[in-house]
Amino acid sequence: MTLCFETAVSLATKLRDREITSVELTQAFLDRIERLNDQLGIYLSVRGEAALAEAAQIDRRRESGDELGPLAGMPIAVKDVLCTEGELTTCGSKMLEEFKPPYDATVVARIKQAGAIILGKLNMDEFAMGSSTENSAFGPTRNPWDTDRIPGGSSGGSAACIAASLAPLAIGTDTGGSIRQPASLCGVTGLKPTYGRVSRYGLVAFASSLDQVGPLAKTAEDAALLLEVIAGHDDADSTSANVPVPEYSQSVSQPLENLRIGLVREHFGEGLDAETEAAVREAIRVYESLGASVEEISMPHSKYGIATYYIIAPSEASSNLARYDGVHYGRRCDEKAMLAELEQERQELIAAGKQDEANRLDSPLVRMYRQTRAEGFGAEVKRRIMLGAYALSAGYYDAYYLKALKVRRLIRQDYDAAFEKVDLIAGPVTPATAYKIGEKADDPLSMYLGDLYTVTTNLAGVAGISIPAGFDAANLPIGLQLQAPPMQEERLLRAAHMFQQATDWHTKQPELA
Amino acid sequence: MSLERKDVEWVSLLARLRLSEGELEKMTQQLGQIVEYVEQLGELNTDDVEPMAHAIELSNVLVDDTARPSLERNAALANAPKHDDECYRVPAVLGD
Amino acid sequence: MTTPDYKIVIGLEVHVQLATQTKLFCRCSTKFGMPPNTQTCPVCIGMPGSLPVMNREAYQLGLKAAIALNCNIPRFTKWDRKQYYYPDLPKGYQISQFDLPMSEHGYLSISDPKGQFEPKKVRILRAHLEDDAGKSMHDEVAGKADSRIDLNRTGTPLLEIVSEPDLNSPEEAKAYLTELKLLLNYIDVSDCNMQEGSLRVDANINLHIPDGDGFIATPIVEVKNMNSFRAVERAMTFEAPRQFDEWKQTGQKKDDPGVTKTTRGWDDTAQVTRPMRYKEESSDYRYFPDPDLVPVTVTDEQVEQVRESLGELPAALRERVAADYGVSDYDADVIVNGGRGLVDYFLAVAKSCGDGKLASNWITQTIARELNDRDVAIEAFAADFVSAESLCELLALVQDRMLTTARAREVFAKMLESDKSAAEIVKSLGIEKVDDSALTDLCKELLAANPKAVADIKEGKLKAAGALIGQARKKNPNVDPQAVREMCIELARVT
Repeated sequence: MTLCFETAVSLATKLRDREITSVELTQAFLDRIERLNDQLGIYLSVRGEAALAEAAQIDRRRESGDELGPLAGMPIAVKDVLCTEGELTTCGSKMLEEFKPPYDATVVARIKQAGAIILGKLNMDEFAMGSSTENSAFGPTRNPWDTDRIPGGSSGGSAACIAASLAPLAIGTDTGGSIRQPASLCGVTGLKPTYGRVSRYGLVAFASSLDQVGPLAKTAEDAALLLEVIAGHDDADSTSANVPVPEYSQSVSQPLENLRIGLVREHFGEGLDAETEAAVREAIRVYESLGASVEEISMPHSKYGIATYYIIAPSEASSNLARYDGVHYGRRCDEKAMLAELEQERQELIAAGKQDEANRLDSPLVRMYRQTRAEGFGAEVKRRIMLGAYALSAGYYDAYYLKALKVRRLIRQDYDAAFEKVDLIAGPVTPATAYKIGEKADDPLSMYLGDLYTVTTNLAGVAGISIPAGFDAANLPIGLQLQAPPMQEERLLRAAHMFQQATDWHTKQPELA
Repeated sequence: MSLERKDVEWVSLLARLRLSEGELEKMTQQLGQIVEYVEQLGELNTDDVEPMAHAIELSNVLVDDTARPSLERNAALANAPKHDDECYRVPAVLGD
Repeated sequence: MTTPDYKIVIGLEVHVQLATQTKLFCRCSTKFGMPPNTQTCPVCIGMPGSLPVMNREAYQLGLKAAIALNCNIPRFTKWDRKQYYYPDLPKGYQISQFDLPMSEHGYLSISDPKGQFEPKKVRILRAHLEDDAGKSMHDEVAGKADSRIDLNRTGTPLLEIVSEPDLNSPEEAKAYLTELKLLLNYIDVSDCNMQEGSLRVDANINLHIPDGDGFIATPIVEVKNMNSFRAVERAMTFEAPRQFDEWKQTGQKKDDPGVTKTTRGWDDTAQVTRPMRYKEESSDYRYFPDPDLVPVTVTDEQVEQVRESLGELPAALRERVAADYGVSDYDADVIVNGGRGLVDYFLAVAKSCGDGKLASNWITQTIARELNDRDVAIEAFAADFVSAESLCELLALVQDRMLTTARAREVFAKMLESDKSAAEIVKSLGIEKVDDSALTDLCKELLAANPKAVADIKEGKLKAAGALIGQARKKNPNVDPQAVREMCIELARVT
């Protein structure tokens, strides 16, 4: 049972030294999942028998002295936005409730090849749109630290999974903060790699120029272990960087000397909760005690981050989600009912003498599209699709989409300038700790504004990590964000590890029944 | 600039979404709010700024013209809501 | 062709399928005619999570075509999503090129040896790469209409070539298409086979009606569903007067408020165009740069390299064949239109026997007829029947006056049936050259026997000499009729 609370690095050693078997380990997690999942809503699907069979196979191979990879026999959980061949991949949506892709995402193929045991697929905001996992069509995930509260999103299931020790490693995705924000709210470590560091092939697209796959884990060392396996060029992804993968798991434990840390002036203003600010500033002092120097920098365009993000992301999303039309895969509305309803509408219009309107009614095909999508998508997804379609439409493209792309460039230039002066940017991840489930249900803009510290990382394409840095008075986790220049994940992991050697926030566990 | 209902109706057709009366009302109001918020980008002078459509500077990613096996037909159709073992089926497309 | 009533203005939008092995963004085969939905994969089906990766060969072929069409090749090009909903478009968007296409501002020269129109350069606005959609087929089951969707074709690489409205007659339109097809065949970019769908055409047509010093432009009509070059010609021939009649009735002009482009489909059975349903929001494609694809850059060196690799193109070849080999424009056209293989064959024969005209006559008539009758390509013909060298040998015998043209044809017919050379066949047929003294003797004989002919010739009635040819041939079938005529005239005059 206590196996579940150990780090992946520790478990990897035990597996390698044959102190434990993969079957034992897998069973331990499956038992814990069985006990806690209903209450927490973390897993959407669990691969009980299949996982145990795979674990048994790894154990057999280990017995016979086979050379095995670094993740061999290690249980791992995957956000349900990544395709797993022949198994349900729902993206938290009714649209894909029954979808079983005929292929694995590259990231999934890599962890399988490394011998990892996939325990199941994790809950998420529908199509990765959201910051609370309340937008899942299959019920919310609850924050293990306070089950009345959100775990964050959209990788809420992934973060809660690590926090509740329902897997030693989890894979999430981050488009505007969706790994870092839930990691922060759940008190775990979550890394968003540089855009292009990890393949997006098989990642169901939300916003293609912003999405990235990344690890969530208890520690930076654990995250390094997973990142090393999933990172690297992929022929199947044209936006994948052709840059060698450093040995993250080896370098992570090497501290950084003379670290220059930048604090963004604009991030410490209005809207930042006092307790969160206090924890973040305390964390900075820890770095100073470790030899880092700190200076204030300015990123003058960061205040436009939300506006920029909430034009670009919905625009790309509206296009990426056009394929969900009930024709080739996914949900289709009840055709018979749809046709009957259409006919009835036509009759009513004709009876009312409105022949013109009757002629302009949707054709059966168009109605099928509209009804299917109305049924398959939740409110947040619809909202973003509408926003995106509007921003790209004739007459608005220049003022919205094109304009946003230009401001995006300015935001990137802010980062480039900042990284001339500092090695890392440090700051808060979220403006406050986890709020209650349902609290922001009717206020989308308010929810969007909570992303202000994380969206610019994705817009600029740089790397960012969230690490546990304290708790508020209600014992809710607070995270510290570090951001690094492109392809400097090593720097992030080493800096995070340094912090985790000097503090113990990351070792705290929530109390669960 | 807030959105008019007819704009929202038009966009709902572009987006192939069927919105109920209530949804249309709410959507008009919420989208209006969000659009008003994002319009602050207009404060910035971006005349000489190159748009940034990608988060990574790559170009010329091209691969060899070598065939790889396609999906078996039944695998391709397995997730189709309606098919006849050969083709996907949909309500008739006008003009076919 | 301009009638006094109006000038026809046509622009053509041609989609050619590029001759690659695989699709534009995935490695599914593009082989034609396979059972439905057997050539698809997660990428071309547009399954969730799939991503496109560009086919290098498709880009190369597009580049070749663009350069052959004299286009400007921008250094930087990108890919855009063109968004609309259709069941044969699984992603809900086509990957195409919007504002920075890979090539623009080129031209294709057309001419008509028959003189139906003046030679002209048809300007090409742009040529860009995009992926094809699938196929949708109507099906009625139990009184309900469904469409059946086959995605095999989805993702096939297309080059869209858009001309400026520089074509002014159905004949010019047909000539443009014929020349375009020839050019693309020459550089192995596409086989442009309309029956197999590797070339598709849409036409935009309107009229310019003279009005004082200027003209009135009628609304533009897009015509679709033309399945052959002839259909294009016929559709344009039908449409122009129809538009004129419509204008006489409505007086509608292109730029009148509320007037938009309409679409009509060609009905090949009824030989008319009919209105097609207007899709309301199909005009808002919401183009934006595809975030899944990165731009393509090309250097001046690369463009030059490709230009050099094209080889001689039809237009240049026509000129060279006519100018350097003394061939008529008409015949040069026939040779070049027969493809690079036929040109090579002609050049080999012409160079060897040193008489371009002679070679051209034989190739454009006799050889061309054989190719047509046997439905075989020149390469196969040369290998299996009569090679350029063999033809050369035959023509040398004609030039030598060993054979008359008529006899040469006999020999040729025999050459088709056997492996024997011309010389061997001549021998076996017992054909012998008629030397000058034998010819002189024969002619003297004839003249002696035909004093009236002599008198007529002296009076300038040279036809009389021609009448002697038949008799000459009876006496010696190997005589060259032309030589007989000339000799008789010469001898008669000095008698």
